[in-house]
Amino acid sequence: MKRLIIATIVLFGLAVGMSQAGSVYPEIPMASGEAHPEGNEYWRVNHMDLLRHDRDLTMREGIRDTDASIAECVTCHAVNGLDAKPVTVKSEDHFCRVCHDYAAVKIDCFQCHNSIPPELSGASLMFKKQANTLEVLMAYIEGLSR
Amino acid sequence: MNIPKSSPTGGCGGGCPTKEKGADLHRRDFLKSGAAMATVTLAPGVTLMSMGSGVAAAANPDTRWGLLIDAAKCPSDCSACVTACSDEHGWENNGEPTDPQWIRKVTLKNRDTGFENSLPVMCQHCANPPCVDVCPTGASFKREDGIVLVDRHTCIGCRYCMMACPFKARSFVHEPVTGQKVTTPRGNGTVEGCNMCVHKLDRGEGTTACVEACKITGNNAMIFGDLNDAESDISKALANYPSIELRADLKLNLGVRYQNI
Amino acid sequence: MERIIYRELKSTPQIWGFLALLGVFIAAAGAVVLYIEHHGHIVTGMDNQIVWGLPHVFAIFLIVAASGALNVASIGSVFGKVAYKPMARLSALLAVALLVGGLAVLVLDLGRPDRLIVAMTNFNFISIFTWNILLYTGFVAIVAVYMFTQMARGVPTYAVKTAGLAAFLWRLILTTGTGSIFGWLVARQAYDAAIMAPLFIVLSFAIGMASFLLVTMGITHLTGRAFGAELRTRLARLLAIFIAALMFFTTMQHLTNLYAAEHWGVESFILRDGGIYTTLFWGVQVLVGGVLPMGILFHPTLGKEAGLVVLSSLLVIAGGFAQIYVLVIGGQAYPLEIFPGYEVSSSFADGVINSYTPSMLELILGLGGVALALAITIIGMKFLRILPNSLSDANVGSKV
Repeated sequence: MKRLIIATIVLFGLAVGMSQAGSVYPEIPMASGEAHPEGNEYWRVNHMDLLRHDRDLTMREGIRDTDASIAECVTCHAVNGLDAKPVTVKSEDHFCRVCHDYAAVKIDCFQCHNSIPPELSGASLMFKKQANTLEVLMAYIEGLSR
Repeated sequence: MNIPKSSPTGGCGGGCPTKEKGADLHRRDFLKSGAAMATVTLAPGVTLMSMGSGVAAAANPDTRWGLLIDAAKCPSDCSACVTACSDEHGWENNGEPTDPQWIRKVTLKNRDTGFENSLPVMCQHCANPPCVDVCPTGASFKREDGIVLVDRHTCIGCRYCMMACPFKARSFVHEPVTGQKVTTPRGNGTVEGCNMCVHKLDRGEGTTACVEACKITGNNAMIFGDLNDAESDISKALANYPSIELRADLKLNLGVRYQNI
Repeated sequence: MERIIYRELKSTPQIWGFLALLGVFIAAAGAVVLYIEHHGHIVTGMDNQIVWGLPHVFAIFLIVAASGALNVASIGSVFGKVAYKPMARLSALLAVALLVGGLAVLVLDLGRPDRLIVAMTNFNFISIFTWNILLYTGFVAIVAVYMFTQMARGVPTYAVKTAGLAAFLWRLILTTGTGSIFGWLVARQAYDAAIMAPLFIVLSFAIGMASFLLVTMGITHLTGRAFGAELRTRLARLLAIFIAALMFFTTMQHLTNLYAAEHWGVESFILRDGGIYTTLFWGVQVLVGGVLPMGILFHPTLGKEAGLVVLSSLLVIAGGFAQIYVLVIGGQAYPLEIFPGYEVSSSFADGVINSYTPSMLELILGLGGVALALAITIIGMKFLRILPNSLSDANVGSKV
């Protein structure tokens, strides 16, 4: 009998939770710029690994023209506040926080990195060079012979 | 502790950093995230791929970046290099002992003769850096091109590197930071220091904020360049005039050299 | 001679009251950690010149005392002194507890304590710090195995002896590692000396034995169990010998430095001109922590007084604490000599004696570590058969 009561309470609780779920799921803010070619789902699942991978390339090897850079994340994914300026990560409307708050996962980026687009934080984005294939191949072969 | 290297650039000295985390990624993912990547098919099934322009701009093991500072040309009332560094990297020293100081002007007075001298001191970018040896996580590391950096992603804030550094070149961030420059992320609870304007070098600018500021003042007390390139200004100056390293007794093989102390 | 029977502590109001008191200290330290993590280290007394402060003094003290607290067990298991064997379990438990307390302080004072996992997954094996992390965790594991061999039924004597030997050797290496954290700092005039490792080992003998004596006398008093006067006097005599050894190593450390003109600056700072550090060195480390307890404990009658043994142990702990304070803080207060032969000045405290005033927060954090160590010891004794019913002289056969 006791078990039956507990099971009923649990079921009821789940039912209430399910009915609420639609409204608590985070509303992900729209981004500017081109869409990720790999698709949003891929980035939702892998963004931390991609960021970590490219951060090591930049930090350890000095390779700066990577795709996954926080400066670019916060540029396209900037969310404007009431003053029409991008909000920092202190605001719960910040793009990263919308999901991270929902999933209760701490973001360990913005203790050091700026959370608003670089133009506004006083420096310009790194420019990207489009690589010439032949140049790249030569550099690679040169690297091998070294 | 350290195996002496014949080449001043040699690898990562005694303290090789731990393997990059990124190596865990699948190659497919790697291709997707690493940009400017060229894939060349030489023959069916034989594929060459290479990092793009990164190869040219990234840390090059044939290079060893260095600075030469002429104390005779450095007036005691000038601190343009310090201001430039502070502006470039966004740190601020208001005189509190907890404030950061990546580069500082030191005034020297000879105890016997009373002769006074002034010069800037910053991270000396040792070839055998004690900070790299002592760092428990490998966060303190030396790049292929001789620049000694703190990887704040893995710095736990133990401050052992500050205990080990002979030059007081490092600061600990004592309070939360906001509004960082995009090129210089820095944050509470981690250690920082002169990074030889590594973002400028990676962009191919070939100079640092302090050296540029020194040029603008007209003092021209600082020269930046590749110590491994015999044709560079810095190498020529070193070859033709006497220079010293600070704490030469420690045999750390510094990337920063001084003249006329 | 009765049999040695180990019994858990009874649930008395004294035990629970003491644990509650320790709980208050631990909770306060926890609050301090959250406060420092939120505001940054700016709220502490530490800065860019004195980068290691009072928390490190506490942490090093506890870690060094931990390895020394194991000595009683080692004397029993490794060197076969029967009278020490009934105290071996307590000795091992106290060693682990002190180490955990010290480690907690060390870790919680990191700039990024939330990144402990980084420290446990990224290793730079050139760093003596890295080796210390492994030595500390290994120590806990080995001493746990050692305790298990002592407490489990039907474990052959050779297994206990082997585990005891392993723990003994490990603790020597551990303290060598702790001393080398300072001994291998090539750039600092106050450190950079091979004597640091053996100095730390004898320091561990002294403060570890003093801690063990205090805990044993305290807990037997609190639970009304016997602690034989002969046994106590034997331990106290041993403590006196350890103090003498510590004073010898300290003398050699300073004499060696005084012989080299290169080190006159830092030596005259510590020994003569260092203000608080000089006072701590001569007043607390040498006089209060060395000469005085040695005089009491070597004295034929005074050394047998229970009260004076307690006092001497407290003095040794004060002296050891002062010694680590002078070494860690005094060593940083003395300016780094980057330009020998020059008078230097800058906006970053070049050429000046660095001042340090520990904040209340750091003190609370450190005391929290001590409280944690004591709480682990008492909880261990509460739930495990650690403490014998009686440590009377007749029982343990300490009368020769």
